[in-house]
Amino acid sequence: MGLVFVWRSSPFLVSCLPNPYQPQIDTHSLLNGTRMNAPSLQPSQIAVEMRDIVKRFPGVVANDHVTFLARRGEIHALLGENGAGKSTLMNILSGLYTPEEGKILINGREVIFHSPKDAIEAGVGMVHQHFRLVPTLTVVENVVLGLDDPKFRLNLENAKAQIRALSEQYGLKIDPDAFIWQLSVGEQQRVEIIKALYRGAQILILDEPTAVLTPQETEELFKTLRSMAEKGHTLIFISHKLDEVMAIADRVTVLRQGRVVATVNIEEVTKEKLAEMMVGRPVIFRIDKPTIVPGKEVLRVENLHVRNDKGLPALNGISFIVREHEIVGIAGVSGNGQAELAEALYGLRPIEEGRLYLYGREITHASTRDIIREGVAQIPEDRHKEGSLGNMSLSENLIMKNYRRKPVARGPLIDWHYVRQFARDLVKRFNIMAPSIQTKARLLSGGNLQKLILARELSSDPGLIIAMHPTQGLDVGATEAVRKQLIEERNKGAGILLISEDLDEVMQLSDRILVIYEGEIMGEVPADKADRNEIGLMMAGQRLSANHEQHTVNSVQ
Amino acid sequence: MSRSSFSSYRPPRLSLERRLTTPWWLSWVIPILSVALAMLVGAVIIASQGVNPWEAYRAMFEGAFGSGYGISETLVKAIPLMLAGLGVSVAFRMKLWNIGAEGQLWMGAWAAAGVGLFLYPAWNLPPWLAIFLMMLAAIVAGGLWGAIPGLLKGVLQVNEIITSLMLNYVAISWVLYFVDILWRDPGGLGFPNTAPLDKAIWLPKLTWIPLLPRGHRVHAGLLLAILAAVLLWFLLNRTKWGYEVRVIGENPDAARHAGMPIVRNIVLVMMLSGALAGLAGMAEMAGVAHRLQRGLSPNYGYTAILVAWLAKLNPFGVLLVAVLFGGLLVAGDQIQLTMNLPRSISDILQGLILFFVLGGEVFSRYRIRIR
Repeated sequence: MGLVFVWRSSPFLVSCLPNPYQPQIDTHSLLNGTRMNAPSLQPSQIAVEMRDIVKRFPGVVANDHVTFLARRGEIHALLGENGAGKSTLMNILSGLYTPEEGKILINGREVIFHSPKDAIEAGVGMVHQHFRLVPTLTVVENVVLGLDDPKFRLNLENAKAQIRALSEQYGLKIDPDAFIWQLSVGEQQRVEIIKALYRGAQILILDEPTAVLTPQETEELFKTLRSMAEKGHTLIFISHKLDEVMAIADRVTVLRQGRVVATVNIEEVTKEKLAEMMVGRPVIFRIDKPTIVPGKEVLRVENLHVRNDKGLPALNGISFIVREHEIVGIAGVSGNGQAELAEALYGLRPIEEGRLYLYGREITHASTRDIIREGVAQIPEDRHKEGSLGNMSLSENLIMKNYRRKPVARGPLIDWHYVRQFARDLVKRFNIMAPSIQTKARLLSGGNLQKLILARELSSDPGLIIAMHPTQGLDVGATEAVRKQLIEERNKGAGILLISEDLDEVMQLSDRILVIYEGEIMGEVPADKADRNEIGLMMAGQRLSANHEQHTVNSVQ
Repeated sequence: MSRSSFSSYRPPRLSLERRLTTPWWLSWVIPILSVALAMLVGAVIIASQGVNPWEAYRAMFEGAFGSGYGISETLVKAIPLMLAGLGVSVAFRMKLWNIGAEGQLWMGAWAAAGVGLFLYPAWNLPPWLAIFLMMLAAIVAGGLWGAIPGLLKGVLQVNEIITSLMLNYVAISWVLYFVDILWRDPGGLGFPNTAPLDKAIWLPKLTWIPLLPRGHRVHAGLLLAILAAVLLWFLLNRTKWGYEVRVIGENPDAARHAGMPIVRNIVLVMMLSGALAGLAGMAEMAGVAHRLQRGLSPNYGYTAILVAWLAKLNPFGVLLVAVLFGGLLVAGDQIQLTMNLPRSISDILQGLILFFVLGGEVFSRYRIRIR
């Protein structure tokens, strides 16, 4: 039979035996932070105790004897790079995964969760990064969805009253009768929080909750979280953003490569120190970007109107230009027309009104094929869905954009001999870690896959690069590499349109920043004069004041 | 609220875990084991008919592969399966689920018969040219028949599974109208078929193949099929167009971002798929039946779907699997005669093999864990 039976020793057995490879962990030092000699805590103050958790996935140990403790009434940040094991650990705590080894204690009592339902019964709720809401139902319907109490009868009035009480108590403003599709992302997040509270969650896990919020919405969320902590809830806050962790957390546990680096009190660390713990080496926060006077105009967008997939207006008359040696950043909360803009510029979405020019030549209705030939490169939003061919080899992935032209093509044929050489060169030049050029793309890590896409897109020396979320989901090392690569292309003369939801990234890389809201540009600011607060207001739909507007108009003409 | 969920007893659970890579030997072991399991289940069914399964299988094998005659008949049945299987496989490569090979095959046979029965005598064509024109007519007719679901899919996003399947019934009814009425052989004693083709334009027999008995029926369609497999392999793996087809099949979104013409390729691939199935119809008509008749195809076009799938869409794999399934068809006839078993045993075995091979695929992508 072609089956492989992999026996795992029962977690029950293992937890009874002393583990010779793991040093005994001192509960008190973890509880109080490794560097602090505060009086020890009573065990009754511990809300969550996860001890020696081991979870393996094919090829990786996602959690390698992780011990994690959270007190009642604290905001505890779980910090780590992508793949450090934060989400795995919290998916275990919320009952989505079962660990292979280790045990979980909630309020001092050992529990075993087979499903999220078990976790909810024990008072653990989770707000996922991607919301689990039904858009066509109302807030109250979503909140009671899946509950069977009282049996068979639906008592929405009662539920509404409870939702109102919760929203009052924690400052979570929401209309119970609103439909989910009518709500902003920030409001939808509130529904998720209320959903968890309604189910009696005392311990609330939030997976990167700020990723989808404007700076102002983030402030609102933080206020709510603080008031919840004051009322005795335990909040576990998953993040890889250091500034946020410094701003909100009482204590922080840092994970790296599936292991706990340390648990510390927030007053005792600096951002730099946390970054070092997270990455394992000192991190430079600023990238050197020489000042270069922008050159000729590369891309001109005039009064662009585009519809989204539902046929509703997505872009309502956007105008801007991108010049040589220039990175133009588009900041904005996701879903305000960024994806449609990238698609329209790449010939993937019909243009209703307005014009596009590349080097002064009109490309408004040009095909994607022509746009590629004119030297426009694209780093797509979704590396897997739009950017790569999972079951095909690296070399087949690398020729996707130039297979029509010499020297890859010879007449109607593809010169695979040349392709192999071409692929080997790129793998070396862009430092793609892979066993061979025959390796399938789906086996690459996120960082290596992005390098593959960069290699393909930049190998043709593009004049314009449309980069959408170029570092989303990448670890610190890969993020640095990608950003350096983009700045290098800018220094060499390319014009870059950087579309990103990561405001820090936009502010760090861009020469000019445009803020998009509901398909319109709210204003433009030069990056060196950019103010987070001001940009945040524009992301929420407030137009830049008049004198700034003047500046925008001038720079377009 | 149940308390049992908090107890520390946990029953052992089976779980599937994705493999990152598949060991090379597994891709051989799994299909072989799957076929063996299918035959095991088939044995139970045969036993239920009061026949010793071991005897039945031996008779089947001997019937299909045990003699020169058996092998030649197996090859005869394999030829249309090869051509139609290649056609189906090229569509499947682009994730176009062309279920219409049967109809495309009938349309090919019909067009070829038209050329052979009417154009050839009317224009006094040389036989080699007539055969060539019959092939061409079959390719065009099958290709156009395949292009209909292709266009509907490409332009209007109509599900090609349904349209290609429905067009089978249209095609077969259309051809039978000609067989029964318009082109019916007046001297055919009332049998529902056309007059035979002139012997000069039959697909030549491959008399030079050694070991096959005198008077065997293996015809030049076999060479056509092998040639088609080689060409198809070359087209898919060596040309820009083949690369596009493979990329679109793997990830249409990525293909769109690379500026590949998706609609055009949907139509072209469906045409190529239909053309190969049409050629299968021509080969069967001009190589075996030598006329258009009811029952020309014992569902070759549907069996071709199994052939393509079991061959994992590899053109040379299609040739091999087609021989296996050709053998199964011959064996079905054999055991009906000698063992008094219903012929449909071979249909059942076909189904079982597909079922187990598809089911077995899971184990090449996943491993089982018991915790």
